[in-house]
Amino acid sequence: MLDKLDAALQFQQEALNLRAQRQEILAANIANADTPGYQARDIDFASELNKVMTQGRASDTSLSLTTTSARHIPAAGTSVPTMEMLYRVPDQPALDGNTVDMDRERTQFADNTLQYQTNLTVLGGQIKNMMSVLQE
Amino acid sequence: MGMTSIFAISGSALTAQSQRMNVAASNLANADSVTGPDGQPYRAKEVVFQVAAPAGQEIGGVQVSGVVESSAPEKLIYQPGNPLADPQGYVRMPNVNVVEEMVNSMSASRSYQANIDVLNTAKTLMQKTLTLGQ
Repeated sequence: MLDKLDAALQFQQEALNLRAQRQEILAANIANADTPGYQARDIDFASELNKVMTQGRASDTSLSLTTTSARHIPAAGTSVPTMEMLYRVPDQPALDGNTVDMDRERTQFADNTLQYQTNLTVLGGQIKNMMSVLQE
Repeated sequence: MGMTSIFAISGSALTAQSQRMNVAASNLANADSVTGPDGQPYRAKEVVFQVAAPAGQEIGGVQVSGVVESSAPEKLIYQPGNPLADPQGYVRMPNVNVVEEMVNSMSASRSYQANIDVLNTAKTLMQKTLTLGQ
């Protein structure tokens, strides 16, 4: 029975998770608005959500190399790419190679915030429905 | 991952922007410092920003990778009465461009505010998430 509950909430859960990840990407864009050569990133939300719902969430456990001697060559853990990160196409390129458009990033950030809150409200409503059914 | 790393990302940007503002303030304050501890005129400093992405990740915060000295030429002003003047009567002044520094400090303050907004939004969202299902 519990897996049915889980399945009922899964869509909203995955959507909320993706929204949180997108929020992080947009925060990084805003943080790097003055970094020379930084290229603004984003994800295609619809296709990522579709991918997560059909293939499941990719694990983000990264593999790393344990070095036991000072002469071992350290290798950075290659994490499984969880999603396809896209580059934003700049409409006003800057001379230092930075492609962050502050207006666009702020708008997207506000939009993502609103969508996240919508998601929370819908998920809260679903949980309330479940609760009221369970208490009958 | 998730919302908590927004605090790290925006926090690093706040640190970097306030350091930029510090450097701009130092440059403005020393715009007329003709001589320093080494007897040379003050040289304008500039911060260099760099992406601080954790290993194996594509996105991350920002860090100040270094503070470099500006390569702009020093200004020479004609002041024969100045004790620091050379035999031709010229005094070497710092290479600080006051207008540039003002613009720099304004830009740093705007970016700082933008990152504060991001932090506040992330905080609100986390608080709302914590009350989910109540």
